[in-house]
Amino acid sequence: MCSLENNNYRKPLPVPTPDSEKFWHMAARHELWIQKCLDCIKAFFYPRMVCPDCLSKNVEWFEASGKGTLHTYMINHRAAPGFEREVPYAIAIVQLAEGPRMMTNIVGVQNTPENLVLDMPLRVVFDDVTESISIPKWEPDI
Amino acid sequence: MTDLRYKTAIVGASETTLLGEIPHQSEFQLHVDASLNAINDCGIERDQIDGIATTMNPAALGHYLGIEPNWVDNTQVGGTSFLMHVRHAAAAIVAGLCTTVLVSMAQSGRSRVGEIGPRIGSPIHSNDPVRDTSFPGQFESIYGVMGPTTQFGMGVLRYMKDFGLTHEQLASVPVAQRRWSSKVPRAMYRDIISVGDVMESRMICYPFHLLECCLVTDGGGALILTKSDRVDDFPTSPVFILGTGESIETPIISQMSDFTSSAAFKISASKAFGEAGIRHEEVDHLMIYDAFAHLPIYGLEDLGFLGRGDAGAFIAEGNTSPGGILPMNTNGGGLSYTHTGMYGMFAIQESVRQIRGEASHQVDDVQISFCQGVGGMFMAAGSLIFTNQFPGNRDIN
Repeated sequence: MCSLENNNYRKPLPVPTPDSEKFWHMAARHELWIQKCLDCIKAFFYPRMVCPDCLSKNVEWFEASGKGTLHTYMINHRAAPGFEREVPYAIAIVQLAEGPRMMTNIVGVQNTPENLVLDMPLRVVFDDVTESISIPKWEPDI
Repeated sequence: MTDLRYKTAIVGASETTLLGEIPHQSEFQLHVDASLNAINDCGIERDQIDGIATTMNPAALGHYLGIEPNWVDNTQVGGTSFLMHVRHAAAAIVAGLCTTVLVSMAQSGRSRVGEIGPRIGSPIHSNDPVRDTSFPGQFESIYGVMGPTTQFGMGVLRYMKDFGLTHEQLASVPVAQRRWSSKVPRAMYRDIISVGDVMESRMICYPFHLLECCLVTDGGGALILTKSDRVDDFPTSPVFILGTGESIETPIISQMSDFTSSAAFKISASKAFGEAGIRHEEVDHLMIYDAFAHLPIYGLEDLGFLGRGDAGAFIAEGNTSPGGILPMNTNGGGLSYTHTGMYGMFAIQESVRQIRGEASHQVDDVQISFCQGVGGMFMAAGSLIFTNQFPGNRDIN
């Protein structure tokens, strides 16, 4: 998917920090990478230097399955800057198969309460918004 | 004479691993590095830490480290803040509000990587979306959020699925509160409304209609607080503080542990009830900060007044309305009275008026008022319990 039109992407762009660079670097390659703790085996998101459960520094990045379910959402009727052509659009929480949750937009289906059914299966896709940044979004996994 | 002399001690201390030029770590990472080093210095178990004092957002630092504090301090008055944090922490420990406090400080002052805090004397840019390197900035603002209206109610559809709350029951919250504000001259909205009126109001961010969202207004409030044994020096009816509580969860709405419940509400309220030593049945008046219509629903359950899934029907059936068994948001709340952005002070002011017997829409025989505040989007919670009964003279218990 490509929202890159005349280098004129008007939506907010993520500003990576040293601890999140891996996430955005792999997203640009259309891969969803998160972290897990090697001591307590739990996956977690957002990026951290230590496991939030046991504070172990024994954490590593891995490629997630890209599968998840729709945990909850809202449908925004007042466009945020840059979103004028998408309104009304859902701001959603996806529950990754690995456990952690993330905020996202739902693509590939009109964003209505009838179409967006809680717990429906989703899969990740990547929107190339600039030369160097791709943003994960999720579509129905049918 | 203060009571702090010799009562507390620093047992863990460390600076960041590196010092000087650290371009490969964000300011947040420097906080984490220093905090972990101090924890390792004394070998304390993470779960023993129950207080956080820092100039960055204590909810962000706490959530990152998996700390659930009973006490936080965010005093930010420049470079001396940390000495005050220690002083405030000592007072909190001596008062029994917490036992063990993490005080954290960090700055990417030279490399300016992932800056969080304002730089004293410089234009503030921390609200600049272009340079917002926070986790909400990186992982949430990119998806078209536009303030709390598009995020705070994120859990409601999940709550509806799990507990059967209906859209009509959600709409009954502003309906109930207009019954109170109709007799409050200073309230911005005073017309009586119906569930139908609410459901026909403009859809703002599904499932929230316009009338299920708070007002946006100007104004403020202030308090003077002193020792209980001085109340007879003043012409006002005293409002004693019987119980207090505070708690934080996370500033990142997508990371709430349970979208149908506020962890911070539960901890904060239970602290306050414990400190006050009262039962829920003894509460005569209730304020639950209502930035949006679902907050009173979550609050009634998280505070322990009702069981899971019961709050929607409880409100819809009129139990929090005038004449009901649990008068709530008797000024009309953030949905009808006023809401400047940080409404908590106005909730306190209405509790004070009801306790004094001076409210516009006064409830009869108020002896105890419970006041619940929320900060951010379920990021933080504070609870206060007030009474007009003098110690030793209470009808209670």
